[in-house]
Amino acid sequence: MNVPTDLKYTKSHEWVRVEGDIATIGITDHAQSELGDIVFVDLPNVGRALNAEESFGTVESVKTASDLYSPVSGEVVEANPALSTQSELVNTDPYLGGWMIKVRMSQPDQVAALMDPASYQASLD
Amino acid sequence: MPMKQVPQPISIFEKGSPGRMGANLPETDAPEVDLQAALGDLRDDLHLPELGELEVLRHFTNLSHINYGIETGFYPLGSCTMKYNPKINEATAGLPGFRAIHPMQPVETAPGAFEVLAQVQEILCEVAGFDEITLQPLAGAHGELTCLMLIKAYHDSRGEGAQRKYVLIPDSAHGTNPASAAACGYEVKSVPTDAHGNTDLEALRGMVNNEVAALMITNPSTLGLFEPNIKEICDLLHSVGAQVFCDGANMNAMVGTTRPGDHGFDCMHFNLHKTFSTPHGGGGPGCGAIGLMKHLEPFLPIPVIRRASNGKVQLETARPLSIGRVSAFYGQFLMEVRALTYLLAYGRQKMRNISRFAVLNANYVKARLRDVLPAAHDRHCMHECVLTATRYKKGGVRALDISKRLIDYGFHPPTNYFPLIVPEAIMIEPTETETKETLDAFCDAMIAICKEAEESPELLHGAPSTQIVGRLDEAAAVKNLDVRWIHPSRREKAPVSG
Amino acid sequence: MPYIPHTEADVEAMLQTIGVNRIEDLFSEVPENLRFSRELNIPDAMDESKLYAHLKGLSDQNVDATKVSWFLGAGLYDRFVPASVGAVISRGEYLTSYTPYQPEFSQGYLQTIYEFQSMIAELYGMEVANASMYDGSTSMAEAAVLAHGLTGRRKIVVSASVHPHYRQVLETYLWAQSLDLVTISTPQALTEDYSVVDDQTACVIIQHPNFFGSLEDLGKAHDAARKAGAMFIVVSDPTSMALLKPPGEFDADIVVGEGQPLGVAMGFGGPLVGLFACKRELVRRIPGRIVGRTQDHEGRPGYVMTLRTREQDIRREKATSNICTNEALMALAATVYMSALGKNGLRKVAEGTVRNTQYARQALAVQGARPKFEHKVFGEFVLELPRDASEVQKELIPRGIMAGLPLGPYYGDAWKNSLLVACTETRTRAQIDHYAAMLKEVL
Repeated sequence: MNVPTDLKYTKSHEWVRVEGDIATIGITDHAQSELGDIVFVDLPNVGRALNAEESFGTVESVKTASDLYSPVSGEVVEANPALSTQSELVNTDPYLGGWMIKVRMSQPDQVAALMDPASYQASLD
Repeated sequence: MPMKQVPQPISIFEKGSPGRMGANLPETDAPEVDLQAALGDLRDDLHLPELGELEVLRHFTNLSHINYGIETGFYPLGSCTMKYNPKINEATAGLPGFRAIHPMQPVETAPGAFEVLAQVQEILCEVAGFDEITLQPLAGAHGELTCLMLIKAYHDSRGEGAQRKYVLIPDSAHGTNPASAAACGYEVKSVPTDAHGNTDLEALRGMVNNEVAALMITNPSTLGLFEPNIKEICDLLHSVGAQVFCDGANMNAMVGTTRPGDHGFDCMHFNLHKTFSTPHGGGGPGCGAIGLMKHLEPFLPIPVIRRASNGKVQLETARPLSIGRVSAFYGQFLMEVRALTYLLAYGRQKMRNISRFAVLNANYVKARLRDVLPAAHDRHCMHECVLTATRYKKGGVRALDISKRLIDYGFHPPTNYFPLIVPEAIMIEPTETETKETLDAFCDAMIAICKEAEESPELLHGAPSTQIVGRLDEAAAVKNLDVRWIHPSRREKAPVSG
Repeated sequence: MPYIPHTEADVEAMLQTIGVNRIEDLFSEVPENLRFSRELNIPDAMDESKLYAHLKGLSDQNVDATKVSWFLGAGLYDRFVPASVGAVISRGEYLTSYTPYQPEFSQGYLQTIYEFQSMIAELYGMEVANASMYDGSTSMAEAAVLAHGLTGRRKIVVSASVHPHYRQVLETYLWAQSLDLVTISTPQALTEDYSVVDDQTACVIIQHPNFFGSLEDLGKAHDAARKAGAMFIVVSDPTSMALLKPPGEFDADIVVGEGQPLGVAMGFGGPLVGLFACKRELVRRIPGRIVGRTQDHEGRPGYVMTLRTREQDIRREKATSNICTNEALMALAATVYMSALGKNGLRKVAEGTVRNTQYARQALAVQGARPKFEHKVFGEFVLELPRDASEVQKELIPRGIMAGLPLGPYYGDAWKNSLLVACTETRTRAQIDHYAAMLKEVL
């Protein structure tokens, strides 16, 4: 499984890329492979306030629907518009084209508590 | 195995010709009417098919040839009780005195209909050991919902409505249980199952308190196992003022042998389309009576049908504590006619054979398959057995592949991946109406498939290969959603995606 | 033993394979004190010939629409059903099949459901329809719950001209979820005052043609809902849709109805078939099953149940509804009916209904009986009698007429002389004339 070294991770298989106070969030390669063909991603509206560990949407394959949890608190500033018509990006390109939301963090120090790539990799083994 | 030589069916909308009609309709002899003057603006177009009667019959007959029913072959679908649906039931339900009556005609003009309802209620009361039955709910899930409404009304009446927020549901439960609880405004908490396949009593004890409205539990469980501690479980819930609902999906294991009302349940739903042979009809109509104990009686949905002491059947509608109406009329009446016909065919003398032979058939299949597909829990099962196909997973074969291969052998697949707590679950419910020869042929097929799974798994992955279509692209079905035919003249206007 | 085929030799061989001596041994897991040992106190078993006689005896006690002239409608109608409908739905491949979860083995049924969805969406002028609900009343209640879920608002507004039983079912469903129901009263049998519709309103529900047979002003209802940001839900008789402008042309969000008039027996009110159609943007919130068209790995077209993640077996407590069945067999009956009648046949049925109704409206104005309203109606109207409608109805039954539905029990004393009279295409001029003559006699 691909676990990029420049990201942070959660136990529920989200990844976070931090640039300044903006956190970009998606699901990991492992998660997409467990779910199978992703057919629908339900994302929040821009402007919604999220708390860390709050559900911000769902990702669906043909026969499962999984909640998505925000690793950090903050305000949703962007949701990936491509996913409304190309949900397969989550399968084919989970860390780049398949990103889900960008959050302006209200408590950036929450990032420190997330899993680093090594511990996430270890949690999968 | 030869591919079925059936041409790809075409849509009914692509058949026929403008101006054709396939029904010999009543000719009206009342004076003609200016429709625009009578009705106002009329619609412009109506794109319905235009076929002759024979064309219509051929369309639906040919489609029936690519559909599988109990009368086509064995249907070992766990949790669904696909037993024979006796033909006499269809004959009685087809009587004009039942078919051509209206639920709002004066009560005194339909005494035979009310008698049917009363007789079904009385027999179900006795068979399941409850004080009251209502036939209002239209399906099993609707019966669950109605039971939870009764429970909610009961807690409300004791001033505990706000306090009781949770419904406990075992992790092995049908999905309708949590969905029904949510439709009643309850939060769901999941109760674990122990290593023997029983409800984890210790865990349950830790979850039971006076904020719990009810436990919803299936007995026998969805693992096909009788819950030996059921009485203790019911007592535990009652000790904190909570109620216990029995999911009656597995009633076929109990008919005449043990009565859920005696287990301590407060209420239960029946699936008359499972246990009492009303046809599944391709996914409905379901038929979901409920049984309940005296203390829930004041809350029964209206109308309540009762036999008075003089033997006459009466209708009660003025019931101040009732939850109200849950369906428009008296429930699935023509299904009740079928159920009554079935119940009376067995009657006092023969009823218990239903559960005895259902359990015999399930244990026989379990025994015959034990070397290739072991049971998830090695106990006597009730009316169905839950097997696990984990040993084939390392070779890349999943439970679903085994099921799909069965289609090539001419059998309907069993239930897969349910209950969720058994890995690679294969759930088989043969029912009492199958012969030993059929069960043997099925078991032989399963054994052969398991051998294929080890020797030539590609046969399973490519299955089925004998039907009009192979495995369908379900992801594409969602992504390129096409749920209706659109007339060519309107196609350019249709939106592209959902 | 009925329907159980085991011989003694079978049982013996099977027990031996299992490794027990008696069938009773298989029940060892049932605690002793929970085993039921006495004989059930229920009627004796009957052979098939006795069974038929017993049920026939009960059915003969009922006054049915083949014995008297039938003018009772109120949501369920005595319409003509071609014999082809019964022939198709009694085929074992349909009648005795399960939900088509195994699409390779169920293409026949799946295709008919797709065709059903297409026809219902077409009739209502909507973009999509589901595979059916239990009945019209629960379909309407589910639509209201959907509106609450989508808008987050808790107030449901319904017109009193919607079928009283439907409103009672709605009330029960809303009570279970602690939602509020507000009813617009309709003393003149039409919905006129929308002042209760406000920014707390999740939806406005109106029936057209309404319970009294009258045609509502859908444009006005739509505007009231839209102005408040509420959803617009219409309940419609499908037969009337052959002629009327469908609710879809009035921008309805959801259209529901009872599909019984499309080839299903009245059957004392069950089984029926609930219709549910809506805008495409709501498709992920639809309760119940939906069939979609797709293809297999070789590109062959086929059908599957789709958008499955809305449903209870996957989404559990977050499902859009707890419904786990549809009324597949009745939906099949409706599909065969609509296919057999087609565009021209359904129009003929609707037109016959209108002509008989218009004729009866004039013909039954005898001895002080008169139509209570002058509204445009489709297939039903309110006849105001000079005395209690329930009594008149009862006196007409022995004269061979099921005269209609007395409205007093539903709408109070102001309506106690009002009779709701329905005329389908199956009524004849002679039957209506006979009704008029008998009415004259009893009044």
